[in-house]
Amino acid sequence: MASLIAGGIDCDVHPAVPHLTSLLPYLNDYWRDQVTTRGMVDLISQSYPQNSPITARPDWRPETGKPGESLADMQRHVLDAFKLEYAICNPLYGVQMVFSEDMQAAFCRALNDWLAKEWLDRDSRLRGSIVIPTQSVEKAVAEIERCAPDERFVQVLMLVMGDTPLGKRALWPIYEAAERLELPVGIHAGSAYHNPPTAVGWGSYHIEDYVGQAQAFQTQLTSLIVEGVFAKYPRLKMVMLESGVSWIAPYLWRLHKFWRGVRMETPWVDRAPLEIVRSNIRFSLQPFDAPPEPQTLIRLFDHMQSDELVLFSTDYPHWQFDGQDALPEGLSPDLVRKIMIDNPHATYPRLK
Amino acid sequence: MNIQFRENQEAASPLNVKTAIADCDIHPARTTHTELYPYLAKRWQHHLEVYGVHAYQGMMEGPPYPKAQPNASRRDAYPPEGGPQGSSLAFMQKQLLDPNNVQLGVLNPLNTGQGIRNHELSAALCSAINDWQIDKWTSKDKRLKASIVVGNEDGLSAAAEIRERAGDKNFVQVLLLSRNVEPLGQRRYWPIYQAAEEAGLPVGVHAFGFGGNPITPSGWPSYYIEEMVGHSQCQQSALASLVLEGVFERFPKLKMVMIEAGFGWAPSLAWRLDKAWQRLRSEVPHVKRPPSEYIREQVWWTTQPMEDPERREDLFDVIKWIGWDRLLFATDYPHWDYDEPSRVLPAGVSEDNREAFYLGNAKKLYGITA
Repeated sequence: MASLIAGGIDCDVHPAVPHLTSLLPYLNDYWRDQVTTRGMVDLISQSYPQNSPITARPDWRPETGKPGESLADMQRHVLDAFKLEYAICNPLYGVQMVFSEDMQAAFCRALNDWLAKEWLDRDSRLRGSIVIPTQSVEKAVAEIERCAPDERFVQVLMLVMGDTPLGKRALWPIYEAAERLELPVGIHAGSAYHNPPTAVGWGSYHIEDYVGQAQAFQTQLTSLIVEGVFAKYPRLKMVMLESGVSWIAPYLWRLHKFWRGVRMETPWVDRAPLEIVRSNIRFSLQPFDAPPEPQTLIRLFDHMQSDELVLFSTDYPHWQFDGQDALPEGLSPDLVRKIMIDNPHATYPRLK
Repeated sequence: MNIQFRENQEAASPLNVKTAIADCDIHPARTTHTELYPYLAKRWQHHLEVYGVHAYQGMMEGPPYPKAQPNASRRDAYPPEGGPQGSSLAFMQKQLLDPNNVQLGVLNPLNTGQGIRNHELSAALCSAINDWQIDKWTSKDKRLKASIVVGNEDGLSAAAEIRERAGDKNFVQVLLLSRNVEPLGQRRYWPIYQAAEEAGLPVGVHAFGFGGNPITPSGWPSYYIEEMVGHSQCQQSALASLVLEGVFERFPKLKMVMIEAGFGWAPSLAWRLDKAWQRLRSEVPHVKRPPSEYIREQVWWTTQPMEDPERREDLFDVIKWIGWDRLLFATDYPHWDYDEPSRVLPAGVSEDNREAFYLGNAKKLYGITA
């Protein structure tokens, strides 16, 4: 495997909310009462069943509780072990699944406050993402503006599968706020399950949902690009988190070809899709979904025609690699430095 | 594509136009909307006039994402005698089959009886389309071969249609579309695969179709380009379903052809499936081998629309990962994103690979010995 270097930035770690009741201290009286009197249960998304092998590496799985709920474990398993400068916390608690915009806004607010108090306050290497209630764009923008003064929040976080494609104009106030406040928008694997998790309907299996994340990222990139998000907000950065990377180049070849063919339909797209991706879109490294052969890896990175697209991630505590092998074999030392340090710094202006 | 926005960066390949080719995706059209009536019972003629087809989408006529050109077809493909593009055998011969020396042309009729909520009507229309393919096309030009179109949402009637046509040399495959009510690996479709395997016919899965699901996993997009690019994502999800439901394990002689959805995504999908399967195989014990093995052994791809990297040689890496023996050349005639046979492969491809790509793979898969 390629050698890790100290001072890297892990752009995708997942601190777990132990239980919905953990958020009670961060809810107001009304919502505390709602949670308790209605007997609400824990919000665990079926994107990551707690005991699924992919949800936690065997040696990262705690004896009790949820994988990723202990700061001490995260320190030992990644922050110290990988000698990180920073790790960006992307909570995957299932707040996006509820349909009520009021409830979602209350839960997002509690989740963000919980993250600041129970994680960011306790380790200066941690940075956070602002989870937003996308059932209401107005409330989502308000939550971004509420959290943004805390400079430890370095991005806005959305799921790759929500109610509508991400490029839709109704969502643009979120992107306006993110660009204005120098917050990249991270798009993470996972679904609100408000639509079937594949474009051809409901599959039978968890593995099918997981494999299908890559197709969801592909359709979202198309939507974001052709709706004109980056023509309107040219300084906006978006980061595809836990997206996989081996599909990027062939996907872009196809998108580029069709854009050349039917660009009259979306004349506001002022640059070629390839250029937009190179300037505005980034991808986290894990899960690295290519065979462990250096020759294949070298060709894949060469197909991307850019060494700036990929950002280091362990995807802790998800099981994407074993031991310290977060970097696939065959990466040059220069590329390792770009992936682990330079590219994340260039993407996240609040990492200083 | 027939619309060029940049200069060709290299000379077109020196393909001898006299070299015979197979075209594995040709779309025959009806001249008039009543052209199928001779093959339909009076009841269904009446039904169509009064109620229409009642598809899994809302438009009575035309698609919800308007095409970029009329009928999504080349503007130079209107037959001189009138009718829509692709509706005249004489003009298809003159414009496509003769000049390109097409030795084998596989017909994939669209806008048939598929994607229709009334499954009885669906079966009747598909049977009519199959009769029509023989009468109007394959019986009149031996280079052309038909696909058995089946009522996709009712596996039992679809299987009956396949069994009725089995052994008829006019037909070389069974045709499904990628977007259905459920992902294609689901049990409701298994009778189709069983009948196709018994008949020794590959099952082609062509892009498009309507099954009522939003065409992205995050809802309905806005634009035609999203639908077009998105066909590759739909195809990936359909293929993942086929693998993970164990269709290839259950029907080991089944061969499937991914039609008009690109192929650049295939290695990535196979790697991703393998990696996830290593972790999660206890959920799918019926998938006994790494998913990539089933794909490598039982899946073929038509080429059009070829992915088009800035550096065209990058595509050769992808083809090498898929296997030169698994690609079937196709033009998509008469559609607007037609791939011109002489231009799709640049120089530098070995003679064997070139022959396999243009003709050999298709003849072998479809059992054409002449």
